[in-house]
This record gives sequence, C-alpha cells and structure tokens, in this order.
Amino acid sequence: MGEQTIKFADPPSITAAASVVGPKEGEGPLARYFDVVSSDDLFGTDSWEKAESEIVRQTVELAVEKANLEMKDIQYMLAGDLLNQLTGSTFGLRGSKRPYFGLFGACSTIGMALTLGAVLVDGGYADHVIASASSHFCCAEKTFRFPLELGTQRTPTASWTVTGDGAAVISRSGDGPRITAATTGRIVDMGIKDANHMGAAMAPAAADVVTQHFRDLRIEPGYYDIIATGDLGVYGRKLFLRLMKDSGYNLDRLHTDCGIEIFYTEGQDVHAGGSGCGCSASVFAGYFYTKLKEKEINRLLFIPTGALHSVVIMQQGESIPAIAHAVAIENI
Amino acid sequence: MEFVKAFVVGGLICVVGQLLVDLTKLTSARILVLFVLIGCLLGGLGVYDKLVEYAGAGASVPLPGFGSALAKGVKKAVDEQGLIGVLTGGLTAMAGGVTAAMAFGYLAALMFNPKAK
Amino acid sequence: MDQTVYSKKKYGEMVKEISPQSHILANCLRAFSVGGTICVLGQLLTVLFVRGGLSIDDARLLTSVTLIFVTVLLTGLGWYDKIGEHAGAGSFVPITGFANSIAAPAVEFKKEGLVLGVGAKMFVIAGPVIVYGTMASVLVGLVYYFLK
Repeated sequence: MGEQTIKFADPPSITAAASVVGPKEGEGPLARYFDVVSSDDLFGTDSWEKAESEIVRQTVELAVEKANLEMKDIQYMLAGDLLNQLTGSTFGLRGSKRPYFGLFGACSTIGMALTLGAVLVDGGYADHVIASASSHFCCAEKTFRFPLELGTQRTPTASWTVTGDGAAVISRSGDGPRITAATTGRIVDMGIKDANHMGAAMAPAAADVVTQHFRDLRIEPGYYDIIATGDLGVYGRKLFLRLMKDSGYNLDRLHTDCGIEIFYTEGQDVHAGGSGCGCSASVFAGYFYTKLKEKEINRLLFIPTGALHSVVIMQQGESIPAIAHAVAIENI
Repeated sequence: MEFVKAFVVGGLICVVGQLLVDLTKLTSARILVLFVLIGCLLGGLGVYDKLVEYAGAGASVPLPGFGSALAKGVKKAVDEQGLIGVLTGGLTAMAGGVTAAMAFGYLAALMFNPKAK
Repeated sequence: MDQTVYSKKKYGEMVKEISPQSHILANCLRAFSVGGTICVLGQLLTVLFVRGGLSIDDARLLTSVTLIFVTVLLTGLGWYDKIGEHAGAGSFVPITGFANSIAAPAVEFKKEGLVLGVGAKMFVIAGPVIVYGTMASVLVGLVYYFLK
C-alpha cells in the first residue's frame, strides 16, 4: 500500500517471544519481563564474542520451546547482530541445522527480521519462522570504540550497548498478536559525523519511515496505543518528536523508546540510554510482547532504528547513514 | 614547595588536554600524539627543559615531557655521533619507558582477563 | 519527515541546540586534581630515588617505570578505566595514560592470540604516539645538526 508499506492479507501471528539479557539489563526497570537474566557477562564462555553466540542460541531455543514447537518445525531463521560478518548469529545457530538468513540492519535488524518473516509466512512460503537480533556491550566497545580497560570518558550523548537477544516465532496461525503492516525504511543521512551521538543520526530515519507509514495507510498516530522507536535515546527522542511535529504529527504522549525504557537513565550511568540490536529486540520480546499478550497494549507501532556505519568508513570522514523499519503489531 | 609546583603545572597541562576533549571532540589518541609533538618541539627549542627544572615531575610526567625527552635525547646523540645521532637519539631516549610499558603490558595480558564494566 | 524539508545544515543546528554540553568546568577540575596528584606522586618518587643516590635523569626514568608498572597493574585489575571515566585527560595525559593505552588492548585482545592479538593490538593507540614522536625527534635532530 502506498509507496513503502505492505499490509498483510492474512496477518501472521507472533506465537512466542523470548529474551535473554546480561547482568546490567537485569538491574534495569524491565528486569522482570526478561526470560533469562544472566549474572555472567561471559555466559559461561571464554570470550565476549562467544558469549553473544551463546545468548543467541539460548534465546532462539527458548522462543521455539515457548511456542510449543521443535527446531525442526522452523522453516527459516532470520537473525542478525553487530559483529563482523554476523558471527554472533551464525555461530550461535550453527548447530541448529535449519535454513538460515543472516541479516544486517545494524540496530534496526529486528524490524527487518519481523518484516521479512511476516512476508515469508503471509506469502505462504513458511508456516513457522523465527526472527532474532542480538548485541553485547563488550563486543560493541571492542569493535566500534576502545578496549574496555582503556580509561576514556563517555560523552553525554553516548549510548550503552545492550547485552541481550530478543527472538520471536512468527506463525501462519495462532492466538498471539499479529503483524498487520510493515513500512520499510529508506537510507537517510543528515550529515551527522559524531559516532557518540547515534540518536541524532537515526532520528531523521525514524521520522521519515513513521511519516511514510501514516501516509501510506492513511491513518493518524492515535490509531496506535503506543509508538516505540528502537534506540534513539534521550536526545534522539527529542529530535524525533521535533521532526514529527514539523511534519504535522504530535507524538509526545504516544511515543517511547526502547533505549530509554531498558535502563534507569539516571542511576545506571548509561548517558543517552541503551542501544544495539539487542536493545529493541529484547525490549520487544520481553516487555512489549508481554503487554500485548496481556492486552494492556493492543496496537503497537514498533520502529527499530539503526546506524549503518563502520569504523573504517568513519575514519575516512564519512557521515552516518541511518535506517528504520516500522512494524505494526496488533491484537485482532 | 616543589610538590605544589608539580601539582599545579601537571594539573594545568591535563586541563589543556581536557579542554581539547570537550571543545574539539578530538579523541584521546589524537591528543596524545599532539602533546608528544608539542613537547618535542618545545624540547627542541630548549623551552620545555626550563619548565621541567621549575616543576619537576609536574612537567616530566605528562606526555609533553615524553616528547621533550625525545628532543633532548636526539640532541645529545647528535652531539656525540653527528648525523647518525639523528636516527638513534629519539628511540634511545624513549627506550626505557616504552620497553617497560611493553613488558608490563605483556605480562598483564598473560595474567588478567578482560573485564566487563 | 520529508528529506527535502530540512537541509543538513539546518538539522545540524537543531541537533546542536538539543544536545547537552559536557560539563566543562567540572571535567577540568577533575582533570586538574587527578593529573596534579599523579604528578605529585611522580615528584615524590623522583625525590626518593635521588635520595637513594640516583642521578636526576635515572631517577626520572625510574619514576616513569614505577608509574607505568602501577598503571598496568590497575589496568589489568579493571580499575584504571574507572579512574579514566572520572578524570578524563587527568589520567590519560600523564605517562600513565600511555601505559594504559598499551596494556588495555593487550589484555582485551588476548583471545585473538599472543601474536596477532596481544602483539599487534598493543600498539593501536600507543603506536601513533611512538611514530609521531620518533618523526618529530628526527626533525629536531636534523635541524639541530645543521644549525649547530
């Protein structure tokens, strides 16, 4: 429908969701919504990278179990993370023996996975698909910033990468909330070069896709109970709301951000808030999915946001392009 | 008195570094490079030695002190060996500090594992 | 948002307006006190070494080595980064910051092996300092040689 939106003919159901997070997330306000809170950042392995793979394995297996299925029932696995060549997902799922697509959408990956999963199911190509996205604070610091032991100050706009994974099982039938529509985002680059200000780089992409979503479906924001972006953080949220207002939409009361929800922004020293693939994914699979099941929320517009840059290209002086995907999830 | 001087001068050099961090968004790695270059230049002109005389460790412990030690080393080597000294002076002057950091750093890598924050 | 509505420049201004400034004064005070303290510690060590009978140059070198040892130990224990978060330039501008920049990647990348992990990554931050320091010393040496 419209330019960038799919409205699913027979909306696929999210029959189960699972989330596994690290210790710091377990001290946050959403702790009780996560299935597993590990007390060990290494998850029993001997490196951060292997720990992330272990998180992926645990989360995916748990989601399948919660859906009363077995791994062999899953026809496609759609998963992604922030490690080079997606080793977090690939190594986590290499023992699963199921068809797999590795997805990269930076921190917007879970939006991409839910969209493509719904397309596969609604298109009649699969009965059960699993979507997953993960990140690990220590891996992200090591890859994108500095070694953990280096004494550096974080700027106030910097965010804190979430250690965790969220996975959802998408099925042709079932009584879970349904994916009714999906608007795929465009690559938006507003010239931000500060890698410690991801919210500013991603806010325009989020505003772009949300505006398009309303236009394509000819609906008003009030249609939704809640509009949740992925990891814009405190300052990105302000920019997003301002941009939406300038496009004629006031979202002040409907909007929240997973990066702001997952931590106590004051007490946990996370500066702008949480970020990373695992941020939106675990908050969706833990918190929002529970609220949808309990019918406290009936119509959710979920917009994971991602910054599509790399260390190498940043060193070459490029600005940060960003993307966001909007997925509508409703009880019907 | 010498401790007060060391505190104030050393502290002020760090404040310059902090201002560069907060106002220019330069990363710490770039600031370290910049400070060593400035120290080496001032050392070459003989200015930094006077600051070291005045403030002791307040001037020699911050990174510009490292730079000025390189300049001092290369000048000494040129005096003794002529043109060859241009090539050997700098690295010789930093040998003690760099070797210590390397050796201790290596041992630390063997003994400790990375820690989460 | 229509991408045509906002120019990059206008958006950049909006970002600037909404973003918080670092607390420059507080940061500077902390950098001053921590950096100053490290230098006082250095001065104390130098005085002690000189009293022990060393020449002033040897005392300075041994001071650096002692500070480097302590820093590397704190880095390995995972404490130096906490000091750094608090002190900023106060802990990376002194020679201790140089030592931290070598020890931190050495510990962090040990899983990638002793050669390409520890051996190579040790210099990701300190390497440029050594390269530019050496280059500058060559320049100073050349000028000094021809002006002498």
